[in-house]
Amino acid sequence: MAETQRPPEQFSFRVRRYDPESREAPYWDEHTVELEPHRSVLEAILQARDRFDGSIGIRCSCRQAICGSCGVRVNGEPALACHTHLDAALKGASDGVIEIEPMGNMPVIKDLIVDMDAVHWKKVQRVTPWLIAKQPVPEREYIVPHENMVDVTQTMGCIQCGACVSDCLAMEVDPGFIGPAALAKAYRFVGDPRDDQQFERLNDLAQDPQGIFDCTHCFKCVDACPKDVNPMGQIMRLRRIATNDHHIVDQNNGERHEAAFTTLIKAYGLLHEAEILPRSYGGNSWFGKFAPAAGKELLSSLPVVIKGVIRGKFNPKIALFGHKIPKDDLNAVQAIYDKVEGRDERYELNLYIAGEDEVEVQPAAAAALAAPSIADGGAEPEAATPPSSEGSEQ
Amino acid sequence: MPAHDVLIIGAGLAGQRAALAAAREGASVAIMSKVHPVRSHSVAAAGGINAAISVDDDWHSHAYDTVKGSDFLGDQDAIEVMCSEAPGEVMHLEHIGVTFHRNDRGEMDLRAFGGASIKRTAYVADITGQALLHVLYEQLMKHHETVDRYEEWFTTSLLRDEQGRCCGVIARDVRSGRMEAFTAKNVILACGGAGQAYKPTTNGLIVTGDGIAMAYRAGAPLMDMEMVQYHPTCLVETGILITEGARGEGAHLLNAQGERFMEKMAPNKMELASRDVVSRAEQIEINEGRGVGPGGKGIYLDVTVVPRKRTLEALREIVNLGKDFAGVDITREPITIRPGQHYIMGGVKTDIDGQTPIEGLYAAGEVACVSVHGGNRLGANSLLDTLIFGRRSGEHAAARAASMAMPGIDTHAQLRRDSDAIDAIINRSRDGRRVSEIKNELGEMMNKYAAVFRDEQGLQSARETIARLKEESEHAWIDDRGTVFNQDVLGAIELSYMIDCAETTVVGAIERKESRGAQFRTDYPERNDEQWLKHIDITLDGDGPQVSYSPVTITQWQPEERKY
Repeated sequence: MAETQRPPEQFSFRVRRYDPESREAPYWDEHTVELEPHRSVLEAILQARDRFDGSIGIRCSCRQAICGSCGVRVNGEPALACHTHLDAALKGASDGVIEIEPMGNMPVIKDLIVDMDAVHWKKVQRVTPWLIAKQPVPEREYIVPHENMVDVTQTMGCIQCGACVSDCLAMEVDPGFIGPAALAKAYRFVGDPRDDQQFERLNDLAQDPQGIFDCTHCFKCVDACPKDVNPMGQIMRLRRIATNDHHIVDQNNGERHEAAFTTLIKAYGLLHEAEILPRSYGGNSWFGKFAPAAGKELLSSLPVVIKGVIRGKFNPKIALFGHKIPKDDLNAVQAIYDKVEGRDERYELNLYIAGEDEVEVQPAAAAALAAPSIADGGAEPEAATPPSSEGSEQ
Repeated sequence: MPAHDVLIIGAGLAGQRAALAAAREGASVAIMSKVHPVRSHSVAAAGGINAAISVDDDWHSHAYDTVKGSDFLGDQDAIEVMCSEAPGEVMHLEHIGVTFHRNDRGEMDLRAFGGASIKRTAYVADITGQALLHVLYEQLMKHHETVDRYEEWFTTSLLRDEQGRCCGVIARDVRSGRMEAFTAKNVILACGGAGQAYKPTTNGLIVTGDGIAMAYRAGAPLMDMEMVQYHPTCLVETGILITEGARGEGAHLLNAQGERFMEKMAPNKMELASRDVVSRAEQIEINEGRGVGPGGKGIYLDVTVVPRKRTLEALREIVNLGKDFAGVDITREPITIRPGQHYIMGGVKTDIDGQTPIEGLYAAGEVACVSVHGGNRLGANSLLDTLIFGRRSGEHAAARAASMAMPGIDTHAQLRRDSDAIDAIINRSRDGRRVSEIKNELGEMMNKYAAVFRDEQGLQSARETIARLKEESEHAWIDDRGTVFNQDVLGAIELSYMIDCAETTVVGAIERKESRGAQFRTDYPERNDEQWLKHIDITLDGDGPQVSYSPVTITQWQPEERKY
């Protein structure tokens, strides 16, 4: 058995406290508790609340990562307090004291309690978060493939804890961004074969300047999610279905930008910076730069470009004439395109059933499976290969 | 002052279903909860929901299994209603968006569950409660114009007019600390059980018997309070639940000698006997020295016999629970579990439309006792209970509201009383005990004396302890002196609710001098239909609980010996 009874140890933590009635600034409040190392940060807070100070504010209920109440930041990283072991938290603490703060991107009400209505739930409401069922409604259940139901169960598994919202970089810059949790919720309907409004939902979210193309693909929400909902992955799937299946060309140039990006990578193996902007705005070819829209956009970004050159952020020669990579490497990149584009159907990796590919193998073999060679075109097994259209960038 | 046709307290499955049903009937509806609705404890129900939807099944079979599971204490008219309406309800849930898992023909798949004679449990992986709760909340968001939501409002008492009718509540906005009176033609209690009166428990920290205690204080009778379910598979250390779905998928229970000991107690159903039977069998193994793990206090649950792909797809949540909360990969090794407090079959006595004997007061879900679960609830019948009786309560209350005027009642006195009581708790001097100390003592004591096995001596000592704790709780002090999110003061009120629930449980358990369902008296080890085939009702009279009896409704199934 892997369950080892480890004796209790002392753990110190500091909580970011804020009392809205005191008219005083937030402050740190430090406590030391005694618990087994595999107990949770929530249990540490509850022990301190029970023994030393009952006024520490935190929402919590289930203690098993299903109610989604206790989203906080532990050592700066978003997490469920009940889902974070004390020994792991201690490892991430810079000075031996675990640091617990309220989540980000949402106003603090008191201590660790944030206003989720003002941000998170408002955004959820934005995505028409209910099934618009295909008509006529059958007498019994809708007959739908098992795989689709398992697939949408991944986003159904979202517990609305707000950890991804807390860490979303795009939302930090653009608070109006619909954001990872709400867009994952949107996928739950877009991916549901019983829903009648797939095109309308996608068109709505693609045309919205703060919709699916506002995500900067930073992976923060993927790391933050305690339930493996993979919000960014769901946003990318929304984009793929919108652009590939419904051919939605959005007013934000999101679709054009993606097309330009993939074309350039295929041609050069690396991003050709000087071409990406004109192609995104003017059309996906060398002539794109002569379109008025592209000229306008190029002109408006000139100050940024100049600043970048002055600060040595990029080499103007490479940026203008493109990167050159060895021929073998370029062939390898193009082999990926050939493989992906050669498939009859788009391959969507179902990440819900994690670990399914881990068959009964020796650790050495498992390591080999985890790092398949893509260059030789024999990237088996399938499940270990990232879906290549994920490579699109905004 | 807000006024509604139907005011629902609690926003788990029963409450949300009641709200949607009442709104559909055209009533003006408000739903109030001390937490955001999706935090409600229905979210933790894992395994599934029972309904005879298979072509090989029949609701009569579901009803019989439920009656037998209840050890013949369930009211058969209510059970017939629940089981016959189950298929329609489950189809309705499917139509509004629940992502029920499918078989290879694309129809809803069904899994095996304890005490059921056929596969009849529809499921969404092992997050069925979460999926149902979130889908109902989607519907509340859709119908936001017809259902007012009061999220994070804590109810302190029920309002009654001079004729004794229930006509609203007093509540506190947790966020601002503001107290307010809500009038309503009907109040539906849907605020769950009282698991936190036990320690450990599978129940969330919010499950503190609020509705049961408020109804009891308002004069409503409680029924079957002695019937407390211990779930057979909880993690040893923390009490966290491992779904019955694991055994439904084929997992085994093993003692220290590696024996499937359920052979002795339930040779036919084995691990899928009803929960009271399995929990007792486990406790016997542990008590007789055949337990596993530190101190021999556990039993092995072996999920490795289930195909790995199936476990990863259909039991994903417990794979993660095992890994995160016990450090065990359940697909590769057994996990140590034990019985743990999980559910109370008892609650506020209602009829099949959710009406309590107090006019205008309804109850549905775990807070209520219809009684469909009798002495022991079958797994995957609780979600069904919440939805069927939540809907029926909502519909009935809406119809009642249509033919009456809004009650006119002066709420000032009670508002002031509740407000002053909260101020008094905040201002208590620090010479008594902490609320948390009393709560811990209560929970540990209940888990010792009002658990799987009970006897007169233990129960009497429990009653004495409760009397002392009640006294102490009246002076217990707290730290938080603020108004914004003062969770500390709400904890003190919750403690008083839990003490009332624990007291009625112990009084009922002392009264019932037999063994039936979840109540096993070592001093009265046999079921005694002649004397005890009846419900124990408990009413607050003056300062203390008064016991009376009511008959069990029998329609088609006469009591018989219960074998699995």
